[in-house]
Amino acid sequence: MPDLGLEVLLKGKNMARILGGLGVALRISLLSVMISIFAGILMGMLMTWKNPISRALTRCYLEVVRIMPQMVLLFLVYFGTTRIFGWNLSGELSAVIVFSFWGTAEMGDLVRGALISIPVHQYESAAALGMTSGQIYRYIVLPQTVRRLIPLSINLITRMIKTTSLVLMIGVVEVLKVAQQIIEANRMNSPNAAFGVYLTVFLLYFIACWPISMLAGALEKRWR
Amino acid sequence: MSDPVLEIKHLVKRFGDQTVLKDITLTVEEGEVIVVVGPSGCGKSTLLRCINALEEIQGGEIRLKGAEVSKTSSNLAKIRQRIGMVFQSYELFPHLSVLDNIILAPTKVQKRSKEEAKEEALALLSRVGLREKADSFPRQLSGGQKQRVAIVRALCMHPEILLFDEVTAALDPEMVREVLDVILGLADQGKTMIIVTHEMQFARAVADRVIFLEEGVIKEEGSPDQFFEEPKTERAKEFLKTFTFERKRSRV
Ligand SMILES: Nc1ncnc2c1ncn2[C@@H]1O[C@H](COP(=O)(O)OP(=O)(O)OP(=O)(O)O)[C@@H](O)[C@H]1O
Ligand SMILES: [Mg+2]
Repeated sequence: MPDLGLEVLLKGKNMARILGGLGVALRISLLSVMISIFAGILMGMLMTWKNPISRALTRCYLEVVRIMPQMVLLFLVYFGTTRIFGWNLSGELSAVIVFSFWGTAEMGDLVRGALISIPVHQYESAAALGMTSGQIYRYIVLPQTVRRLIPLSINLITRMIKTTSLVLMIGVVEVLKVAQQIIEANRMNSPNAAFGVYLTVFLLYFIACWPISMLAGALEKRWR
Repeated sequence: MSDPVLEIKHLVKRFGDQTVLKDITLTVEEGEVIVVVGPSGCGKSTLLRCINALEEIQGGEIRLKGAEVSKTSSNLAKIRQRIGMVFQSYELFPHLSVLDNIILAPTKVQKRSKEEAKEEALALLSRVGLREKADSFPRQLSGGQKQRVAIVRALCMHPEILLFDEVTAALDPEMVREVLDVILGLADQGKTMIIVTHEMQFARAVADRVIFLEEGVIKEEGSPDQFFEEPKTERAKEFLKTFTFERKRSRV
């Protein structure tokens, strides 16, 4: 068996450091995901408004988020705010801000898509039964929207968790960062460590994302 | 004689600068079955949608037992509960079972007890031969079955008048019959109805009065026998001709 340098992981507190890094990444994802879901639902409703001003603003927001690489946004928030406003945001907070900014836009677009995909017939036949617009939303539109939304938003959540590794770039101690430190520290006595450590990191990400993907698939089957 | 169920006076409906309904006046008595026929685009669907206040009207008035029906009135939801409507395209709620489709409005809108609504829903389903489909979902039903469920859903609200807009137009021919039979049954029970249909045989069988609508005007109105046997207007004659076939060339 080739030497993968896995013994490096077992040295000292190395395994604990990797797991701790994953913890930070998951904490950033979890916070951003929660903020994105709530803000995204509101954003999605805003996006369906016919008002030309709200329409133009939300479109701009979505375009900016889609065109700008997250890394640029991260640098902008982490370094930019220090420069311009003199704020000293922690890497973790900047990451949460950027990922929520991104996630809210993406989630909003999903919510908008789900809302407008409910046929006008559904509203009309509910209205014909004497339902008020509040009742139509509660019993007809929302349940159907949520069913369409769940598989899509789980896909988004998985993407958000994966993208968290970008945080490395501004020095949050996160999985890849820890991995890199371990690799550096053991360059001499275990030259293959890079492979083993990255493999472990890959597996950890897989373990974090796989159940979510499975759940998404199962829900999709049940509701389509 | 009791008051009419529905009174429409000088109804005008415009879409932009196109006037779709021009000065429609129509009275529907308790237990009466009105069939509305006319060429495509003459405003039949629009008329029904106005009666249910799904469209705003630009002139005249519509009254249900004296209460004004208008898209802007504050008790619109209350009035709509008293008017049942079934559309051409199946519009059951896809996320609810057949039973829940039927009892949603009776329980949430009319605040009736779940047990009582359920009991009535099941009885109505049995009457249309769909008792065993109560727990199915709409996607598991055929078109004809969906339309029968949609009729039951409207009936369960105890409407004072029922509106049917070409409920069989989207169905395969072999499913048309089962739906029309249900509507004939309702006529026998004395329900007040306005039916838009292209099924002329059915129209003749079910109607107490036939309304011929063309270009947004009631061109002719009469008993089914009179209308189908000897229509008074040229336009009605031409319209009825489109439903019969004849060979111009004599057979050899
Ligand atoms: N929402 C709308 N906006 C603009 N025009 C409309 C709208 N709905 C209907 N119309 C127009 O109003 C006219 C009457 O339409 P309506 O659907 O009432 O006809 P119909 O008699 O039901 O025809 P059909 O037999 O084909 O169902 C048509 O010319 C149609 O183009
Ligand atoms: Mg029509």
